[in-house]
Amino acid sequence: MRCDFADSLLQGYFDCELSAASVDEFERHLEDCAACASELVELDMLSAELKVTPLYEVAPASLKKRIRASLLPVTQTTVMPRQIHWNWLAVAAVLLVFVIAGLGLRSAFHADDYRSELATEMVDAHVHSLELAHLTDIQSNDGSTVSAWFKDKLSFTFPAPDFAKDGFALQGGRVDVVDNRSVAVLVYTRREHPINVFIWPTRERGTSPHTGSLQSDQWIDWRKGKVEFCAISEVSAADLQQLQQLFIE
Amino acid sequence: MNDLDAEDRLHFEQLVLPHVDAAFNLARWLLRRREDAEEVAQEALLRAWRFFRGFHGEDVRAWLLQIVRNTCYTWLEKNRPRELMVEFDEELHLQPVANPESIAITNNDRERLTRALEAMPTRFREVIVLRELEGCSYREIATIMSMPIGTVMSSLSRARRQLYLTLADASCKEAVREV
Repeated sequence: MRCDFADSLLQGYFDCELSAASVDEFERHLEDCAACASELVELDMLSAELKVTPLYEVAPASLKKRIRASLLPVTQTTVMPRQIHWNWLAVAAVLLVFVIAGLGLRSAFHADDYRSELATEMVDAHVHSLELAHLTDIQSNDGSTVSAWFKDKLSFTFPAPDFAKDGFALQGGRVDVVDNRSVAVLVYTRREHPINVFIWPTRERGTSPHTGSLQSDQWIDWRKGKVEFCAISEVSAADLQQLQQLFIE
Repeated sequence: MNDLDAEDRLHFEQLVLPHVDAAFNLARWLLRRREDAEEVAQEALLRAWRFFRGFHGEDVRAWLLQIVRNTCYTWLEKNRPRELMVEFDEELHLQPVANPESIAITNNDRERLTRALEAMPTRFREVIVLRELEGCSYREIATIMSMPIGTVMSSLSRARRQLYLTLADASCKEAVREV
């Protein structure tokens, strides 16, 4: 019979992950618990065996090479032709203008770049949810039920309104992972077509909505308060815009 | 744009590429085949590169391993969904592996341990690899596997127990054979 502590304190003690107070508590327990004492010995034997056996497999050199090669972006560097006898002040002024213009463009480019990368990720997650027919973990058309379900799963809150009377029926929600973050997903249907609305917290300021399409799917991305939304579906862009309007009203 | 790309790449090479071995090792144990692990590790590294600008944390290895893990699970769902259907189920996991004799007849420790590990459900194997091979802290494992620390401890406990029993069972059979 295993001790109740076997699944918690025993492991933490063995792995040196306990606080000093818990170590004391467990050592007192260990004086009277033969089951834990013998399991500690077993853990030690197992761990020793795993340590002396060469199980770790390092990446082949060819893989490292391929990864390195695939990181190189295909952007071309332009080399300025060398000029002599330039008026240095004029050159500096011109360069300064270039630099300022460049900075502005650059950050704008990257913000959009990142956004469309994110949208690509979400379209992937959307397609994936359809392929697996796994749209909802909580099935309900009641907004407060759905929103309560999310409450202890995520660190941010948002409403889950049902827009059935406007033709967007709430089906439920699920938690998905996009860009290595847990995001909430509300699922609606529009004339039988599912719509995934991805929701996650943001620190960015609100801007006008961004839209785009990828293969047969449309997406629209907007922010409200500290939350960002991205609705994705194969329904028309106009339908998605209508849904976005309903959300921000 | 070139300067920023170059700067990003330099950062990525300095911070992330030293963990390619860890990425490959995790993928190898999750997928159990080196060829698949190479493919998926490369894909994971490309994803990491694409999202590198969004990374502002401190623990690069945990961040990368989380991406590797997610990429592996997506790959498994697509290519070998049956492997993921086995959930945490004590009854099931305390059974000896399908063919313990094949484990018992080999004297090679590495082979024996490899087979015992590979016979475990993916999520059990994963927590053992992260803790025992990769030396991750509970916090890191919690991040990588997206679970609370309490769950890390109980998964580790059950996984170790199962592995220990499998190995003990196999070596017991071996002893009987030798007599």
